[in-house]
Amino acid sequence: MIDFAGLLLRLEGLDAAELRLWIERRWLLPERAEKAYLFREVDVARAELIYEMRREFALDEEALDLVLSLLDQLYGLRRALKRLSDALETQPAEVRQAIAEALSSALPPAP
Amino acid sequence: MVGKSPYEVLGLKREAGPEEIRKAYRKLAKEFHPDLNPGKPEAEARFKAVSAAYTLLSDPEKRARFDRGEIDESGAERPHAAYRGFAEGAEGAKYHPEGAIDLGDLEDLFAAFGAGARPHPGGRGFRARGADRRFSLAVDFVEAAVGARRRLQLSPQESLEVAIPAGIESGQVLRLKGKGGPGLGGGEPGDALIEVEVRPHPLFRRVGNDIHIDLPVSLPEAVLGARVSVPTVGGAVTMTIPKGSDTGTRLRLRGKGVKGGDQYVSLTVVLGKSEDPDLAKFVEEWGKSHPFDPRRGTFPR
Repeated sequence: MIDFAGLLLRLEGLDAAELRLWIERRWLLPERAEKAYLFREVDVARAELIYEMRREFALDEEALDLVLSLLDQLYGLRRALKRLSDALETQPAEVRQAIAEALSSALPPAP
Repeated sequence: MVGKSPYEVLGLKREAGPEEIRKAYRKLAKEFHPDLNPGKPEAEARFKAVSAAYTLLSDPEKRARFDRGEIDESGAERPHAAYRGFAEGAEGAKYHPEGAIDLGDLEDLFAAFGAGARPHPGGRGFRARGADRRFSLAVDFVEAAVGARRRLQLSPQESLEVAIPAGIESGQVLRLKGKGGPGLGGGEPGDALIEVEVRPHPLFRRVGNDIHIDLPVSLPEAVLGARVSVPTVGGAVTMTIPKGSDTGTRLRLRGKGVKGGDQYVSLTVVLGKSEDPDLAKFVEEWGKSHPFDPRRGTFPR
């Protein structure tokens, strides 16, 4: 875990006002400890992603709001799918076989 | 990607200006960004190569050093810790809870995708009993004979106390109700099925509920009788060797087998040190006055 100043050092060229904006907008959800912020690895990786979107892709605040919300929905869905597939994994072979057949017959025709 | 020059990676000519480099990078980075291409490792590899190429070419000093051949194309590579790696792990949940989709209830899942499995009026939704989980458990001979409680590790997080009933045999399966996989849509959980393997014992053999054991005895013990200690599955007991016992004499310890069975003790007379001058001298004299052929009548002549 690193603090506010540590994260600023990790993201070369990022200024404190910008990082504060990310927290205000709830793009980042660091933990609060006394008066300090604490960033876990997941927060640092997300900060790097936001930094790239801002700097390299020149996304403004509104656009980034939208992109992050879509990404978060996508990952939420992928996590749910992962749980579903883990649950399927524990089913008897004949159940998994039946599901695999249903899935392949439900495939849309190739374009 | 190793060995490709950063110009090739970005699809640029050597004389490309900073604005061209930036445009080419942004176009490719959008295309291959790992967070926009989840589940495509090839996209991540391309993205890394594109990032590395851009890091190098966007820095005039590094670019000049590369152009002069002072650093290679990987000279400036900076590892990219993709957010995806965290997003799909347990810690990612804080930014994207599974939200509207409750996998605990398949009806919700199907409803979320507008597909079938809608409960009919008066009908029941989709329910399924959880899967059985199979385990194997090796138990010691004595544990199997007298019964025991054993802790079985189902997974690194989960262990279970298993009562092994007295008298269990190899290949028998214990069923622990409800300890299998969880049910779906309110269905009951599956069972844990534990196949037991009983390890052999160096002394004891089991025939049904009886235990058989070979017991070595000395010549004086066999001839004169003795009280000796004998192992049983319930611990050592004292047993009387009757006077005049022989190799092959079988004695019974009532109730010392499995679940009320008996233990049979077969004696084997062991001379020990085979060349004993005193014994030889005695047996020579004794043999003269006691002629005995133990093979008589046992082999056809």
